[in-house]
Amino acid sequence: MKFNAMTAVAALMLAVPGVASAEPDDDTLIINGEIEMTTKAELPAHMEDANMDQIMSGWHFRSDETQALQMDDFDNSGMIFVDEGIAQWNAVEGSEGNSCASCHEGPESMEGVRAVYPKWDEDAGEVQTLAMQINDCRENNMGAEPYKYAGGQMANMEALIAVQSRGMPVNVAIDGPAKETWEKGKELYYTRTGQLELSCANCHEDSYGMMIRADHLSQGQINGFPTYRLKNAKLNTVHGRFKGCVRDTRAETFAPGSDEFVALELYVASRGNGLSVEGPSVRN
Amino acid sequence: MKLSTTILAATVLAAGSAMAEPVAPGDVQFDEYGAVAESLTGQPGDVENGAVVMKSKSVGNCISCHKVSALDDAPFHGEIGPPLDGVGDRWGEAEIRGIVANAKKTYPGTMMPAYFKVEGFTRPGDAYTGKAPEGPLDPLLTAQQIEDVVAFLVTLKEE
Ligand code: HEC
Ligand code: HEC
Repeated sequence: MKFNAMTAVAALMLAVPGVASAEPDDDTLIINGEIEMTTKAELPAHMEDANMDQIMSGWHFRSDETQALQMDDFDNSGMIFVDEGIAQWNAVEGSEGNSCASCHEGPESMEGVRAVYPKWDEDAGEVQTLAMQINDCRENNMGAEPYKYAGGQMANMEALIAVQSRGMPVNVAIDGPAKETWEKGKELYYTRTGQLELSCANCHEDSYGMMIRADHLSQGQINGFPTYRLKNAKLNTVHGRFKGCVRDTRAETFAPGSDEFVALELYVASRGNGLSVEGPSVRN
Repeated sequence: MKLSTTILAATVLAAGSAMAEPVAPGDVQFDEYGAVAESLTGQPGDVENGAVVMKSKSVGNCISCHKVSALDDAPFHGEIGPPLDGVGDRWGEAEIRGIVANAKKTYPGTMMPAYFKVEGFTRPGDAYTGKAPEGPLDPLLTAQQIEDVVAFLVTLKEE
């Protein structure tokens, strides 16, 4: 598998000298030789007007070396944080004498969860991200302190929950009561911010596949989160990444956990409806 | 290189009040096609410094989007905008000045940032800190840096 992918790319580079980096590749992502991932899918219906004809995981835009790190859990440094997540899952904390396990048994009970978040929460009357739900459990069911929204412990727990759904298609609901939040997220996605006046769409819809200096622009999908980035050697959360991208437009960013980023997360997640849950993925 | 910049700076200092003030970002005169006929400083641009501005990540960072063969000593040229080789044949100095100062006047809706503009942004920040700005914004490039870049670009001819 690995061998095939490399040979294919080598052949391509021979055929088209000098344009090694431009296009997303056609490799296949199979994890541990058994979990086959959907990394390219049809455009979700709500993206009919988008300037693209297929959705693609960020995995396709990384080098063969980086891609390979995600194909085997022994090479995927993100899995170390899944182990930390297991320890957190079983740790009793807070005034109620509970751990996650007290209510949910093993982490396998979380199968399917990552795929449908963010989602409308009827009791709270708002769209909740996975991070909000985790902190909701900590505060209300455990009597424990919330995790820092985009901090390390949150990322560990998100990785543990994501991995239970690996290979399942992202399928967030955007209709009904979630619609209003989704619309707000969509508007943010297309708003050109900062002194550079760039929107998410400028880079990730209009220019994916192109180089922006040393970076190969992907579609900015979040099906692979949390992501282990080689650049900072840690797990990165969705809102942490959003913050970095908005900052790079020379803009004043929104805070992780803000209403704006929650709305943006729902919208960006919906652009990946149909791709497999990949978290924790490996990126550069 | 460094030397010539220093001499330039010294000249500017020495000339002092005798010289006209550079045009302020709000006062630049664009014609209906987006060109700017008048120099922003009244001073000739420094070709070498223009090249430095275009390559430097912390200054113009133009090569993040444009390939420029003459700047091949700096690694990683992007592909978002057209390659700038031969741009001095395609455009005159006034058109190039207009594009560098505010490309949106030449290409409505373009992805290229406006380098000599200080107002009309959504949630502008304090450079790359992610924080709100503390005072009025500076343009991305100074008037003289724009002139330096223009001076460099007009030299890019297809031989
Ligand atoms: C100036 C260009 C630019 C803008 C504007 C931008 N990004 Fe990015 N983004 C990048 C680059 C470069 C990367 C790293 C390479 C890649 O995956 O595309 C990246 C990566 C990402 C990733 C990680 C993808 C993965 O597979 O791990 C996400 C998610 C993302 N961006 C979302 C956004 C969102 C949402 C916005 C708007 C709020 C945005 N970006 C605005 C340049 C940009
Ligand atoms: C974020 C991307 C981006 C950056 C950064 C950028 N440009 Fe551009 N530039 C473009 C695009 C895109 C176009 C094409 C105009 C269009 O159709 O939108 C362009 C067009 C041009 C043109 C006209 C080219 C031709 O052949 O007609 C010139 C000259 C130019 N840019 C110079 C510069 C300079 C100088 C800088 C830096 C000070 C710069 N650009 C930075 C994206 C960029």
